[in-house]
Amino acid sequence: MQNSTDKKPLIQKLSRILDADSILHEQEDLRPYECDGLSAYRKLPLLVVLPSTVEQVQAIVRLCHARQIPVIARGAGTGLSGGALPREDAVVLSLAKLNHIIDIDQEQRQATVQPGVRNLAISEAVAPFGLYYAPDPSSQIACTIGGNVAENSGGVHCLKYGLTVHNISRLKIVTIDGELLTIGSHALDSPGYDLLALMTGSEGMLGIIVEITVKLLPIPERAQVIMAAFDDVEQAGNAVGHIIAEGIIPAGLEMMDNPAIRAAEDFVHAGYPTDAAAILLCELDGTNEEVSEQVMHVRALLKNSHASTIKTAENEEERQKLWKGRKAAFPAVGRIAPDYYCMDGTIPRSKLAWVLKRIAELSAEYQLAVANVFHAGDGNLHPLILYDANKAGELEQTEALGGKILELCIEAGGTITGEHGVGIEKIDQMCIQFDANELQQFHAIKNAFDPIGLLNPGKAVPTLHRCAEFGAMHVHNGQLAHPELERF
Amino acid sequence: MQDLEQDILAQVQDALQGQQALAIQGNNTKTFYGNPCQAQPLQISGHNGILHYEPAELVMTARAGTPLKTIKECLQEHGQMLGFEPPGFGDEATLGGTIACNLSGPRRPYAGAARDFVLGCRIINGHGQVMRFGGEVMKNVAGYDVSRLMAGAMGTLGVLLDISIRVIPRPQQEFTIRKEVDSTKALQAIARWSQKPMPISAACHDGDQLYFRLSGNELALKTAHNKMGGEPLDNDAQLWERLREQSHAFFDGNKPLWRLSVPANTPMLALDGKTFLDWGGAQRWLVSDIGADRIRKMIDKVGGHATLYRNGPQDIEAFQPLPAAMLQVQQRLKQSFDPQRLFNPGRLYKDL
Repeated sequence: MQNSTDKKPLIQKLSRILDADSILHEQEDLRPYECDGLSAYRKLPLLVVLPSTVEQVQAIVRLCHARQIPVIARGAGTGLSGGALPREDAVVLSLAKLNHIIDIDQEQRQATVQPGVRNLAISEAVAPFGLYYAPDPSSQIACTIGGNVAENSGGVHCLKYGLTVHNISRLKIVTIDGELLTIGSHALDSPGYDLLALMTGSEGMLGIIVEITVKLLPIPERAQVIMAAFDDVEQAGNAVGHIIAEGIIPAGLEMMDNPAIRAAEDFVHAGYPTDAAAILLCELDGTNEEVSEQVMHVRALLKNSHASTIKTAENEEERQKLWKGRKAAFPAVGRIAPDYYCMDGTIPRSKLAWVLKRIAELSAEYQLAVANVFHAGDGNLHPLILYDANKAGELEQTEALGGKILELCIEAGGTITGEHGVGIEKIDQMCIQFDANELQQFHAIKNAFDPIGLLNPGKAVPTLHRCAEFGAMHVHNGQLAHPELERF
Repeated sequence: MQDLEQDILAQVQDALQGQQALAIQGNNTKTFYGNPCQAQPLQISGHNGILHYEPAELVMTARAGTPLKTIKECLQEHGQMLGFEPPGFGDEATLGGTIACNLSGPRRPYAGAARDFVLGCRIINGHGQVMRFGGEVMKNVAGYDVSRLMAGAMGTLGVLLDISIRVIPRPQQEFTIRKEVDSTKALQAIARWSQKPMPISAACHDGDQLYFRLSGNELALKTAHNKMGGEPLDNDAQLWERLREQSHAFFDGNKPLWRLSVPANTPMLALDGKTFLDWGGAQRWLVSDIGADRIRKMIDKVGGHATLYRNGPQDIEAFQPLPAAMLQVQQRLKQSFDPQRLFNPGRLYKDL
């Protein structure tokens, strides 16, 4: 373990790799790196380094490997699960300076970029060719593509266009021993095991991503948004099922419940009916002819599903306005409470009404309000717990409620994280979603890439020891989790 | 429909104890694929049946031994299908074998590969433990993506017990247009049209003719046809089926058949033999007597890889050999699932 007193020799070694400006070690310089988007957890790192070449990344990793110093990769720090949370004995490796678009191949519809390139910057750069990069996490203005790969980020268009894993074709990674490894290819597949799938969403635990080739899609000819309001949440959920069962895959299908509607409407005046129990936003895209037909079809389906209001955006301005409310939902909720905590579970859509009812009961039990926004098409639920961090004990209550909501998602047959990742935030719930053998298998995979455990240690996959401690507190259906383990 | 999980598990545990390697088998439709593997057979085909199918959720879970045919028929009844349009290479092909081989048909460049549709699975690893990864939901980032890793692993990381896959609606209509052009012009046309938002769902070139399959509603197809030109092809489903199942006349004969996976816009390669372009140029079938080394060197240069698919000598690797550093990572990964090399030793690579 390193501490601040023996930073100096390390800084000296690093200064042979990087210029002085790219090595941060003073407390005031380290402060901006003490947390990511999950600001409830903070820790100052030993050092922050900002390499600007792949060779520098390799040299830094080799140095840290030789000295057994943990390395935590960081993109823009917008992640919501504490995946980039530092440790006091670790070097934070910021990839922000590796921010160049290396190549745009219009014919092959792909772009090769460095990890620090922002998600939206890719679509902007390729727009002149009539192309775009499909995954669009809500933080796309700021978040980087390297972070997107590490977290397997989603967005509102996943049902039709997939997650990050479906939209990349090649990665270059630096392994823990500093070697550069190419994974995937510019062809549609590669021989051997699918390491591209394994690396995507691995939360910086298996290697440092230093180059990404993303797939691009032609910008659809037309996109149209329909908004429908419902007096009952269950009806809204059923309407989603009806649309999909009819063979229509909307580009986006979003739901908001009443507290979220009211917060958003109050904030951006998107034209949502504030008395509705739920609204659906359904975006259809494709060729002109297809969109025209589908708009009519979806309107009829929504009517049959008992929508109280149905509104189709007449032009691009109206379309943007309807989306604005959904996109502003998080900050809108931020206006009605001093703090909010964003959860990220996925559930089978058929269980939506039941899950929302249970969340409402839990909300009453914990005396904390919850607003729900929902990627209804793919079942990804974001309950936002409203709290006040300045009230003693309220953050702890919020985290406890959040944990209950995640357990509810598992109970419904879903998962504790749809797109934000496990990080440090949901690490205890991993003990519920996976059994000891499965967690051991994850550790074995980690061990295959990083035998001494220097890459982002302590994140994403809990030790069985941690699960045993958590299990001691957590009694599920009257049974302790992992009864086979010793209790501490 | 039956559940043989306990039986399969017992066989794995026996094999583990007796240090006896196992060759996982479905209905042997793809025995030709990959390296030969001499080991005690582990029969999976009896472990079959659709466990859960929710059309409105676009998800199906089925046991590994379930015939693809059963799955396709069930989906068809609900107006849905497998988006990756897998070949079966025989009526008895199973879901488990299809996923283990990561086989995808002509729709692959436009809809995704088998691996893209895997949502979750349960497996037995090389310690004889039953484990579940992923699930039945579209978005799931808890833990490493082990279920997708199973696609294409050729059974070397574990025995697939059941698999959850995403399914998609069938297009309202499909038809195919054809144009008589040479292969170089065909690749240019594919590149040009692929950059535009056209309803293309397959593109191939048989040496003389370029074919585009279009999928969508009637009006959209009409508009696309007007823009793209070309003659409508009668009985077009047959072309795509024969290409997918390798029952097309191109595949007749006993000469070695190579699968070249290359960036789609790679120019035609100077390789003696005949070539059929599928996947919009990204998958090229080559029937040729040229030596494996020459083919692989050339394909490596263009950033692709070559698989000896059928009719080749048994002593060379079926899949393109990996660079040393990559092989090492893959060996360590194999070790993390199956340290005793219990499952399908050598089937994917002789060193795995």
